Amino acid sequence: MITITHYLILSAILFTLGVVGVLIRRNAIIIFMCIELMLNAVNLSFVAFAHYLNSMQGQLFVFFTMTVAAAEAAVGLAIIVAVFRNKETVNIDDINIMKW
Amino acid sequence: MEVYLFYIVATITVVSGVYLIFEKNPVFGALYLIQTMVSIAVLYILLEAQFVAAVQIIVYAGAIMVLFLFVIMLLNLDIKEEAKNALPFQRIPAILMGIALFTVIGIVIKSKLMQGKHDQYTTAYVNSMGNTKLIGNLLFTEYLLPFEITSILLFVAAIGAIMLAKRKL
Amino acid sequence: MLNLVALILLFPLIGAAFNGTIGKRLRKENVGYIACGAIGLSFFVSLLVFCGLLLLPPEERLFEKQLFCWIESGSFKSVVGLQVDPLSTLMILVVTGVGFLIHIYSIGYMHHDKGYHRYFCYLNLFTFSMLLLVLSNNFLLMFIGWEAVGLCSYLLIGFWFEKKSASNAAKKAFVVNRVGDFGFALGIMLIFLTFHTIDFTEVLSAASHGNFEAGSFTITIITLLLFMGATGKSAQIPLYTWLPDAMEGPTPVSALIHAATMVTAGVYMIVRCNALYMLSPFTMIVVAGIGAVTALFAASIGLVQNDIKRVLAYSTISQLGYMFLACGVGAFTAGVFHLMTHAFFKALLFLGSGSVIHALSGEQDMRKMGGLRHHIPTTYKTFLVGTVAIAGIPPFAGFFSKDEILLESLVRGNFIYWSIGALAAFFTAFYMFRLLFMTFHGESRLDHHAAEHLHESPRNMTLPLTVLAGLSFFGGFLGIPGASAINHFLSPVLGGHGHTEIPGAASGGHHGAWLPYLMMVVSTAIALGGIFLAYHMYIKKPALPKKLAERFSLIYKLLLNKYYVDEIYDALFVHPTKKISAQILWKLVDVKMIDGSVNGIARLVRGFGNVLRLLQTGYIRNYAFYIVLGCIFIIVFAVFGK
Repeated sequence: MITITHYLILSAILFTLGVVGVLIRRNAIIIFMCIELMLNAVNLSFVAFAHYLNSMQGQLFVFFTMTVAAAEAAVGLAIIVAVFRNKETVNIDDINIMKW
Repeated sequence: MEVYLFYIVATITVVSGVYLIFEKNPVFGALYLIQTMVSIAVLYILLEAQFVAAVQIIVYAGAIMVLFLFVIMLLNLDIKEEAKNALPFQRIPAILMGIALFTVIGIVIKSKLMQGKHDQYTTAYVNSMGNTKLIGNLLFTEYLLPFEITSILLFVAAIGAIMLAKRKL
Repeated sequence: MLNLVALILLFPLIGAAFNGTIGKRLRKENVGYIACGAIGLSFFVSLLVFCGLLLLPPEERLFEKQLFCWIESGSFKSVVGLQVDPLSTLMILVVTGVGFLIHIYSIGYMHHDKGYHRYFCYLNLFTFSMLLLVLSNNFLLMFIGWEAVGLCSYLLIGFWFEKKSASNAAKKAFVVNRVGDFGFALGIMLIFLTFHTIDFTEVLSAASHGNFEAGSFTITIITLLLFMGATGKSAQIPLYTWLPDAMEGPTPVSALIHAATMVTAGVYMIVRCNALYMLSPFTMIVVAGIGAVTALFAASIGLVQNDIKRVLAYSTISQLGYMFLACGVGAFTAGVFHLMTHAFFKALLFLGSGSVIHALSGEQDMRKMGGLRHHIPTTYKTFLVGTVAIAGIPPFAGFFSKDEILLESLVRGNFIYWSIGALAAFFTAFYMFRLLFMTFHGESRLDHHAAEHLHESPRNMTLPLTVLAGLSFFGGFLGIPGASAINHFLSPVLGGHGHTEIPGAASGGHHGAWLPYLMMVVSTAIALGGIFLAYHMYIKKPALPKKLAERFSLIYKLLLNKYYVDEIYDALFVHPTKKISAQILWKLVDVKMIDGSVNGIARLVRGFGNVLRLLQTGYIRNYAFYIVLGCIFIIVFAVFGK
């Protein structure tokens, strides 16, 4: 029998993979994909909870999360394009003017 | 049957996730991410969330990932992009920290700290009405305001994306 | 009508604000009209208040108008309120009346000055401050007025700040006054500690109702501290040195501030606190002693000075000494009376000297004057009235007031006070007529340049002179011995002890009824003696002064150099202060300690920053790493923390 714990552990694995990806990759687009992976992991746990608690709220929440993810992807990619236009790179180690 | 399906799909998900974070070529990375998302859609169906599964494939695997690939193509990126590594010493600690994070989350899950409240939407109830119809009903009645606000969010995001990406306004 | 009292303060303040802000863009005439109009209205309202006060029966002549509560903290309460009683009414009449005439005079005198609007702004502000000082109903508000007149005095002495001497004189006045004000402030604090209130009415009634025994140590300290403030503001020994230097300001300013009004603030304050002073015989001796010594000391310096305004300045110090002498022997009415008459004739003398200076295009040295009486007749006539008044020839104003002071100092004090006062009166008569003769009589010693431009002053300058001359003539009749209107008027404020009944007339003392009349004759004789000596030395035998100066060159030099007091103060206080400031306060405390600690803290912070900035790599992934680390800690804390 598959319990909620299985789904949550899977979700945790995916989330951790996303985190590690953000921390070790330098290509901004890949980092962005890792963020999407983290969002998906959270979505999965929402749906799993919804299923096991006989609730609809989890599914609705996923719906809203996807909207946010879509908006984020649009703006984020636009930023990457703008940065690339200025600096000819998407390597975030080259974009280090947070410290002047 | 369900159990086997779960394990197979879960393995595919995790493996493609691992490939994603270690893949050098961004195009392949994007393909691995699509693989992950499709697998998650399968899991949604296992969890009897058919509408969400459909949206997952259409919006994520379809729209968002196409956007990613489009940008990769537009910027003509290749493996050399990651040539400069200013923090080589962060790689091992990051992976160790990932493990730590997973451990902590796992403990939280195991300890069953998170307990929800059971609601009325049992499988039988949902099936009697249809998953999509139920979600539609809820979205346009109880969740109308958030739903409308979502539209504003997308609108603003569209404007923002145009503002940022356009060369000259 | 008494409710209008706030308007008296309001008009000059509005005038000052108006001229201070947009005066620069107005035409000169309008600036003058605004300033004079403000004071004129103020004077008019003062008259109304005076009439309103006269309509009341004498024992009810005390009116307090509370405007608003300023500070309330614990048991300390300071209300901004105005007090109308005979004393303050007399003062506001003098301030606004004389002030009004001097404003009119200033229109003519300052006509060519480029700081015209600034001048009138300061002058109005001064009038406001002085009125605040005399109208306040508590010590704190009085102190504010006290400081504000000091500020205006500073601004006006240094009015021609391009001149080094003027700005130095302004600084000197400010610093010297600070010494006195320090004492005054301490006195107020001690009053609050002792009486738990700073309201005049409450403090004075507590003092006069016998809650404190006479000669109490606290009261003595309080009164001495207050008197310290008075010596600063009213230019008494040892803090008088600023007043002669203050003559660097425009002459109408000298007339208004450094002769008629501000310098009398100390006398006013002592009279206001008479109930306190009566409790401390020791302080009274100090006040009388310093007053008498100052009167003689300043008069002796005045004997040989050659600058026309400086003679008048020393004369002012000397006359203020008389007022303190009167207060010190308990004759407060006599002090106030002399304050009033002195305001008239000294303002007249200063304005007259201003007219002379104006006529001579800025010449102030009497050795370069002479024979002016035919060229500027109006000035001469009015000046003569003022000189006779200050010398004390009956029936001019100065005679009555000075005679009363001398009489009181003999009756209440002792023979020493009287003899010092009489000697000073002799000196006064001498140096004032010396000034008159050197300026207006004898042969002309004018410069060629000055002689060419010699002209009588315009009408708006001579008119105030004429009015003041009238006041100097008639002012004395307010205090004719035996039927003194001013004594009667002031008696509610001064209780029973303001004035001695003329011996023999009512209570009778151990002196006979003949004493006042004898005193009149004696003081007139003294004055005439001084005048005759001056006449002899400067008209009959003009060579005599020079011979005397050579003969007694030591005394002459001592007097000419003002007893070297300025030099002594320089050596005793100014130079050591400068040295301590430079060597210890600047090079040690400021540079080493303050700068050192400030820089040290800065260096410490920079050191920490240098360590901490290693954390700030600028790489986003690095920050993300810390964020995740933080997340782990938060989860651990949230789950296992309990």
